[in-house]
Amino acid sequence: MASTTPIDTPPAPPAPPERDESPKSTGRMGDKVFVGLSRGSGILLLVIMASIAVFLSYRAAIAISKDEGNFLTTFDWNPAGDPPVFGIAVLLFGTVVSSIIAMVIAVPIAVGIALFISHYAPRKLAAPIAYVVDLLAAVPSIVYGIWGALVLVPYLEGLNLWLDQFFGWTYIFEKTEVGVARSLFTVGVLLAIMILPIVTSVSREVFLQVPKMNEEAALALGATRWEVIRLSVLPFGRSGIISASMLGLGRALGETMAVATVLSPSFIISLHVLNPGGGTFAQNIAAKFGEADEFGRDALIASGLVLFVLTLLVNGAARLIIARRKEYSGANA
Amino acid sequence: MKLQRKNRLRATALGALAVSGALVLTACGSDDNSDPGTPKANGDKSSSASSIDCGKAKGQLRASGSSAQKNAMDLWVKNYMAACSGVEINYNSSSSGEGIVAFNQGTVAFAGSDSALKPEEVEESKKSCKTGQGINLPMVGGPIAIGYHLEGVDKLTLDAPTLAKIFDTKIKKWNDPAIAKLNDGVKLPDKSIQAFHRSEDSGTTQNLGKYLGAAAPKDWKYEAEKKWPAPGGQAASGSSGVAAQVKQVDGAIGYFELSYAKSQSISTVDIDTGGSAPAEATSENASKAIAAAKIKGTGKDLALDLDYTTKADGAYPLVLVTYEVVCDTGNKAETLDTVKSFLSYAASDDGQKILTEAGYAPIPAEINAKVRETVNGLS
Repeated sequence: MASTTPIDTPPAPPAPPERDESPKSTGRMGDKVFVGLSRGSGILLLVIMASIAVFLSYRAAIAISKDEGNFLTTFDWNPAGDPPVFGIAVLLFGTVVSSIIAMVIAVPIAVGIALFISHYAPRKLAAPIAYVVDLLAAVPSIVYGIWGALVLVPYLEGLNLWLDQFFGWTYIFEKTEVGVARSLFTVGVLLAIMILPIVTSVSREVFLQVPKMNEEAALALGATRWEVIRLSVLPFGRSGIISASMLGLGRALGETMAVATVLSPSFIISLHVLNPGGGTFAQNIAAKFGEADEFGRDALIASGLVLFVLTLLVNGAARLIIARRKEYSGANA
Repeated sequence: MKLQRKNRLRATALGALAVSGALVLTACGSDDNSDPGTPKANGDKSSSASSIDCGKAKGQLRASGSSAQKNAMDLWVKNYMAACSGVEINYNSSSSGEGIVAFNQGTVAFAGSDSALKPEEVEESKKSCKTGQGINLPMVGGPIAIGYHLEGVDKLTLDAPTLAKIFDTKIKKWNDPAIAKLNDGVKLPDKSIQAFHRSEDSGTTQNLGKYLGAAAPKDWKYEAEKKWPAPGGQAASGSSGVAAQVKQVDGAIGYFELSYAKSQSISTVDIDTGGSAPAEATSENASKAIAAAKIKGTGKDLALDLDYTTKADGAYPLVLVTYEVVCDTGNKAETLDTVKSFLSYAASDDGQKILTEAGYAPIPAEINAKVRETVNGLS
């Protein structure tokens, strides 16, 4: 849930001090036991993670070595075929494109809602709105999926036709195939709704942490409320917004059931995002796992590993960006 | 700060109320959707407990396999367990493939499967059957309905080549001359056809492929696989997903077991087989088509060779048959009596009769007689 990340205590003005080299023991028995226990469980966790990684890589390696197609460029998924052929190009494309659409829609809206709650809304209204938004994060994704398939898809058909008519020249919004809106664009819209609460809630907490002195100083210089936000809130919150967006992106990349319900999967790559078709890693695994034999599962594990690497890269990039702006790090991610 | 906390508490309570309210509502809603094919309480009336011979059946019986026969199996198990106290039967409807794997590992007494055992699977079954091998007993037949949604058209006839071209997205409009020729006097709209198929691997897809390959070899050149082979069209997950899309989208066509069409009142296509009149998708018509099947299995194996090109009057050719896979000899001593007793009931007149109510088709009498004989001879 989204509300696990926020920092509830008032912000300590300076960034927390650099970490100590190691926890110092006072020499008492309890302390020694506790240090041992925590170190032990830390190591155990690493060992478990490492063995999972080894197991998954091993299974993935088996699958990839028997793949008669090119794992990176083949536009097909048929590990049960003769010869077995599968590739992740379509899945990688679909995952990235739908997530980008989701981010483009969700982040500005989320920042807007967060600013409204933290700086514009009357106090009495702010808390309930914040909770309603947070509540959205508690809705299970399959519920979003069913809602998307039954309500969103029929409604988006009108938007699709409109986009096609007025923005068809962009190539991206050109609709070349008939079909209801079971497309990557619809998936993007649905994902945007799903990640909205996370991004909003984290951004809101960050905006609330902007030092009052900064804002008051700006006000004292005669700034309007929007200027206060532009001059003190947004610069202070930038790294927080980035980390919030990355949290949201993480969810969008890995979303499974909602995508599987809304998308009409097919193994093609097309930039026409309004056409039905495409696929994502998680959706493909959910769709194929049930009927897959052992080799088919290995192949799906291999595709899952690629998703894992993708998520790692995204998170790594986010950390880099945040680290560069450490002086402002409101939400020490 | 304090004021805010109070507000938060109140909001939390409100939120909690909203969530629990929603949960209660969804709990109510989900009941109706489960098992669309299970008839409501009719199954109880039609099956008199007297026809079930419990014999020496006792203890627990585990089985696993095809989800296509799940609704039939549920009915049989319910009636059987009501009649024979002390027997517990568990059918895990995973998939045909998983059922056969479990059977060959010896963890289940019998498996349900959409397709007959392959030679290598028979070979493997000899390990768990000790003295014998795995055989196929056809137990449940069923029509695969072609459901469509077209405003203003409530009767539609198609033949195999047209179906093949539609699902291959070669025919793109509902008023295509090929469709118009088969539907004299029906006003077909100038709408795009949206053909839906299953997004995951499925035995239903494979059976449709077998039918199209046999009845329209010129227009359907794909292998009959569980994975959807043609490049065009749209996909949805599960029979229920395809049915939901057909129900929702004007201009849609898709395939699923008849029970889904019945429970959601989706119109189904009549198939023109070249017989005297187009055949409607019903349990009876499916039985007529299965009657044209030949037994291709040797010995006690009763695997069927379906005749997809049958022209028999009223026979609906797009059918699937699901089997129970058992050992002919070498069944485990502790489950043998229960297996024989339960399968005898499933193959009995009563057991076959209740299939119709669930949207399935009974196995024709001639083949069914052989099934009963084989079940009696299991050892």
